[in-house]
Amino acid sequence: MDDSKPIFQQVAERISSDILAGTYGEEEQVPSTNEIALFHRINPATAGKGINTLVARGILYKRRGIGMFVATGAREILLRERQDQFVNDYVDPLVTEARAIGFTAEDALRVVGRRLGAVAAGDPRKEQS
Amino acid sequence: MTAATTPWGGASPGREAVAEAPASPEEAPAVVVRGLNRRFGRVEALRDIHLELAPNRIHGLVGRNGAGKTTLLSTLVGQVIPSSGSVEVLGGRSLENPAVLSRTVYVRDHQCYPDDMRVHHVLGIARRAYPRWDEGLARRLTEDFRLSPRARTKKLSTGQRTSLGIIVGLASRAELTIFDEPYSGLDPVARGVFYDRLLEDFAEHPRTVIISTHLVDEIADLLNDVILLDDGAVTLHESQERARDRAYRLAGPVHDVERLLERTGSTGRVSRRQSVGSMTMVVVAAPLDAEAEAAARELGLEVEPVSLQEVVAAMGTLSPLGSSPRDTGDAAQEGAQR
Repeated sequence: MDDSKPIFQQVAERISSDILAGTYGEEEQVPSTNEIALFHRINPATAGKGINTLVARGILYKRRGIGMFVATGAREILLRERQDQFVNDYVDPLVTEARAIGFTAEDALRVVGRRLGAVAAGDPRKEQS
Repeated sequence: MTAATTPWGGASPGREAVAEAPASPEEAPAVVVRGLNRRFGRVEALRDIHLELAPNRIHGLVGRNGAGKTTLLSTLVGQVIPSSGSVEVLGGRSLENPAVLSRTVYVRDHQCYPDDMRVHHVLGIARRAYPRWDEGLARRLTEDFRLSPRARTKKLSTGQRTSLGIIVGLASRAELTIFDEPYSGLDPVARGVFYDRLLEDFAEHPRTVIISTHLVDEIADLLNDVILLDDGAVTLHESQERARDRAYRLAGPVHDVERLLERTGSTGRVSRRQSVGSMTMVVVAAPLDAEAEAAARELGLEVEPVSLQEVVAAMGTLSPLGSSPRDTGDAAQEGAQR
């Protein structure tokens, strides 16, 4: 784990990414607090805090005595959250970098457009699921 | 009614502990230290220490060599007698009190054993001393650390001797488990085994653990709480996450950095400064408030969190030095060992 953000947040992001990628489907169980703690070599309380942030956002829910499960609609929530963050997390840095290296808006758009097109055409996996 | 019922129910295989919740009021602290002082001759090794350690958490005791870590830990197990103040462990006095000492294990660096003792003798003594000893765990750890039970302790390498201490510390499952710099001769792989086994067993059998170390970043993520000891006094005691917010890193053009430091009144809080050309990086030993963050963004400065090690270093740099020079600090530690 790195120092750039709180670890519990990194734990939550990791689980979120795994849900988006389909590693954990809706109504499927996610690893326990202790398993996550051991995997990342972090304190179980920190792992628990990461899980609890996902519970608070309606992404995970607890089945008493069994463990944590992915809520129905979790993917939808995560997608919406990620879309909201897209400008902040990816577009703004791209704009900053484009300016720094002297790209015009057209240059940047052309490169991005080409990339998106290549992904759509050349990587059939993106079209599945 | 006892405190045995837990919010997550007895049937749950793993503990779904609630995050970062401070110990509930009915959970008595594992350690209570009040007004503790310890002098060695003219050296004040510990100065007016007040500490309450919540149970079933992993506490990191950090500080420079000679800060008083070993002296403090030794008072917890009754091996050093306070000059004044009180120490209560697991609800009782530890000094010559078997009821407390059988529930407490203290693993120190460079533990000595009688010359003719073999590894299995040491483990046998520990098995009889600690009521919650787990023989299966001791065997597994002995294999993990590649120790031969028949080996004579005097023939062990420094690292093997350290491993033996770690095995005793973990397998005893003592309610209060203290590791005092358990690192001599341990390579990174063996330290990794230690961290993994500690976490694994702590998760299944929660207990109060104190680890003293100066390898702060290596154990930072394992900790619930951090205690910083500086020159015999506690200068920081809080959750590991909040401790990390005690300092931040600021980088950008020199003028802008200086302007921000002035504007936020933190010029005197800079603990480290590095410059390359017209750019400068400073570590500020102060929490980053919203105002400073907004100002930094406005100036286009980079603001980043720092590691726990950096926080510890920053606080150590800025704490006022004691009136007496501390070159005798290590001597006091040595004294505490005896």
